[in-house]
Amino acid sequence: MVVTTTKSSSSENLQCAFASRYVRTSLPKFKIPEKAMPKEAAYQIVNDELMLDGNPRLNLASFVTTWMEPECDKLIMASVNKNYVDMDEYPVTTELQNRCVNMIAHLFNAPVGDDETAIGVGTIGSSEAIMLAGLAFKRKWQAKRKAQGKPFDKPNIVTGANVQVCWEKFARYFEVELKEVKLREGYYVMDPVKAVEMVDENTICVAAILGSTLTGEFEDVKLLNELLSKKNEETGWDTPIHVDAASGGFIAPFIYPELEWDFRLPLVKSINVSGHKYGLVYAGVGWVVWRSKEDLPDELVFHINYLGSDQPTFTLNFSKGSSQIIAQYYQLIRLGVEGYKSIMENCTSNAKLLKEGIARTGKFNILSKDIGVPLVTFSLKDTTKYTVFQISDYLRRFGWIVPAYTMPPDAEHIAVLRVVIREDFNHSLAERLVSDIERVIKELEELPPRASVEAAKVITETQREICSYWRKISDKKCNGVC
Amino acid sequence: MVLSKTTSQTDVSVHSTFASRYVQCSLPRFKIPENSIPKEAAFQIINDELMLDGNPRLNLASFVTTWMEPECDKLIMASINKNYVDMDEYPVTTELQNRCVNMIAHMFNAPLGDGEAAVGVGTVGSSEAIMLAGLAFKRKWQNKMKQLGKPHDKPNIVTGANVQVCWEKFARYFEVELKEVKLSDGYYVMDPEKAVEMVDENTICVAAILGSTLNGEFEDVKKLNDLLMKKNEETGWDTPIHVDAASGGFIAPFLYPELEWDFRLPLVKSINVSGHKYGLVYAGIGWVIWRSKEDLPDELIFHINYLGADQPTFTLNFSKGSSQVIAQYYQLIRLGYEGYRNIMENCQENAMVLKEGLEKTGRFNIVSKDNGVPLVAFSLKDNSRHNEFEVSDMLRRFGWIVPAYTMPPDAQHVTVLRVVIREDFSRTLAERLVADIQKVLQELDLLPARVTEKLAATTATTAVEEHPPAVIKKTAIEVQREITAAWRKMVADKKKTNGVC
Repeated sequence: MVVTTTKSSSSENLQCAFASRYVRTSLPKFKIPEKAMPKEAAYQIVNDELMLDGNPRLNLASFVTTWMEPECDKLIMASVNKNYVDMDEYPVTTELQNRCVNMIAHLFNAPVGDDETAIGVGTIGSSEAIMLAGLAFKRKWQAKRKAQGKPFDKPNIVTGANVQVCWEKFARYFEVELKEVKLREGYYVMDPVKAVEMVDENTICVAAILGSTLTGEFEDVKLLNELLSKKNEETGWDTPIHVDAASGGFIAPFIYPELEWDFRLPLVKSINVSGHKYGLVYAGVGWVVWRSKEDLPDELVFHINYLGSDQPTFTLNFSKGSSQIIAQYYQLIRLGVEGYKSIMENCTSNAKLLKEGIARTGKFNILSKDIGVPLVTFSLKDTTKYTVFQISDYLRRFGWIVPAYTMPPDAEHIAVLRVVIREDFNHSLAERLVSDIERVIKELEELPPRASVEAAKVITETQREICSYWRKISDKKCNGVC
Repeated sequence: MVLSKTTSQTDVSVHSTFASRYVQCSLPRFKIPENSIPKEAAFQIINDELMLDGNPRLNLASFVTTWMEPECDKLIMASINKNYVDMDEYPVTTELQNRCVNMIAHMFNAPLGDGEAAVGVGTVGSSEAIMLAGLAFKRKWQNKMKQLGKPHDKPNIVTGANVQVCWEKFARYFEVELKEVKLSDGYYVMDPEKAVEMVDENTICVAAILGSTLNGEFEDVKKLNDLLMKKNEETGWDTPIHVDAASGGFIAPFLYPELEWDFRLPLVKSINVSGHKYGLVYAGIGWVIWRSKEDLPDELIFHINYLGADQPTFTLNFSKGSSQVIAQYYQLIRLGYEGYRNIMENCQENAMVLKEGLEKTGRFNIVSKDNGVPLVAFSLKDNSRHNEFEVSDMLRRFGWIVPAYTMPPDAQHVTVLRVVIREDFSRTLAERLVADIQKVLQELDLLPARVTEKLAATTATTAVEEHPPAVIKKTAIEVQREITAAWRKMVADKKKTNGVC
């Protein structure tokens, strides 16, 4: 803790940060500086540069939680120096993780006895959770094929083209073929009928999404389960289901409890959920839960002793912070079922308000459904004069970050805007956003139309060039947070 | 943010937390409770239960940073709600990560031109970093073998038996065979000669460790590079090296700058380092750097646009906090070379103080070297009456967490205690620890010897045992712990415990 003070400029420490020489020199970018600098200066410099980041609360692109109660912030700061993996040294923190796993397993109706412990683990996010679940499926399938004396070198996984990138990562990094069920205009999730058709003897599992990233829709896991059960009876392949409930896992149980999508369906063997989405925790925690011990092959679990006693570990990451796990436990006991339900109901009604406001402009098609993740995905009815990418850029001037993107194959000609309604997006903000969208549309209508009239192809770079050109000639002051 | 109040007990929030009914009921363990509770109660309940966790600063088992300056804590809290992966929304945070990558790449002497951007990425820790590096090696090797028309289904990696568990994870999860160079009594790191012998045409890389977890030693990467170059010339296999500098990466450049272990050696293609060890940041950050673009196959990089703009991503994790990346940048500019060097020199000196104090007791062999990670690994000269596990248990009573563990094969008969000297382990604490260890030894001397002394001294290769070695070892430890627990009760009945329990 005792750092020798820099011998040069010893009076630096007496000056205020902005009087010091540190704000005159440019920040090191490629090489570590030779000398140390006073901590106040370092703090101020970094803090000031970070002012130019977007405001997380106005980031409507993200599902990830951007606000927690101050009491929880206190708990987070107090545990920021606890390395979660030291299970022996921090037994209470480990216990809190286990309680979260059990609570979430019960939330998903895992067939766990009253005093039996659930099988699951906390992860950094749904990416790690999905890789662990996929690994378990791959290993089980390989073991099954070896026992049958069949080839096991070409595993594949069946999923919709609307999957989040982490499934593609899993497939590429762990050498599993990804068989994607293509989307089509008007149907933006995985079609269970087509999915089951694509299943073959090399399929390690079928992955359904509860809360598609693009439109927030819940896939029909029950129908998938029924069709797959029938196929399994015919083929004897025993193909299981994984549900990627990254967003939906903390929504469906509270506002759609009768919707059967979880372990109530017999073919569902593992589920992942992001604690940092509607689990209402800051970025950095996810959960994966298995149906039972049999669904997690023992050979994947490691036992180490170099930290002092036997510790079983099945995660990709080792050392990591403990703060988010403690924060998740805080939320689960602080809110309870009642609290989560109230928050989700608020989000859903704010989403409805936003949807109605957007629909009222008469310029948009709404692609998101009412049942699903509380978000609003909308596209332009007429894309000849301007595109959603321009709307997105213009909204930035008001401080809003609303992403625009194209749908995956075979619906790439559709470009949408998406607003995710989080806990901290209230009624007033929804109304303000609607009025800002109306203003943006008015501005865009007054501008000359784009040179190209083909609405079918969306070329991002050209639009952005045009946008910046128009912005230069329109020469208006920035409103709100830039 | 507006929660409906619980209709029952509406006036509970008026009472003080400890007067409320919440401290009367036991905390939910298996199911989410039906009702909400006031936030003050939730905070207090959790805070109080966490009091029973160990004190992170007294956790001498861990290399991971447990203290940062308050200014940095402020930056951490301010960025706690930034999801790092939203690169488009938080361009400055992304820029800070890129600067860290460049700074660390230059620190490792990556062959970069002026103004050329380094190839690397921030990760959650060295585990993820190693998996990414390993993936890159595996893919490069597969492409090479496909081109040569040779089979590419049995990749392997050569490393020492002293590797940290993440290499074993990498091997098992990504289906690469792990060829371990066994240790031997007195030689607790990977022998470069034996390693190079084990290399075959299926070897995707040889992994050397700069700062072995067990005794802090730096492996001789230069020698490995020289021997492997010679073999590559003979075989034409072009086997590369990866350096796991999880601990050593932020030590060697400051304390031993002439030690050649990094990109100065031509066969080293990637290096990982833990920002949260001697990078002096809280848990949750690591770095992996590649020598050049060619060493990171492009097919492993993903481009996504669903957050609104094209973002290249090559990590296993996606969403994660931004705090540690910002904290790492803070440390790099706050401390500079000067600051890091001062801190490492302090750690080194404190490690010497501890080592000399232990040597003066006359009861310990020092297993760690002077050059390496500032830690002290020591074993009892005579562990026939009491062993290192008992010392470790008794030290807990004073508040110290000092782990005891057995070495990997073929040195499993050696048990060591290890104290890691971090930035916040001052000389005063070092002297106090020595004094407490002496107290523990005195207490143990007064106690009767263990019954199982003979069983614990066997090795895997001795033919004298009647039972298989694994069974003996397990039983011995269990029995030792039982005996220790029984004695502790007996002793506690006699006198009050001293110090922090």
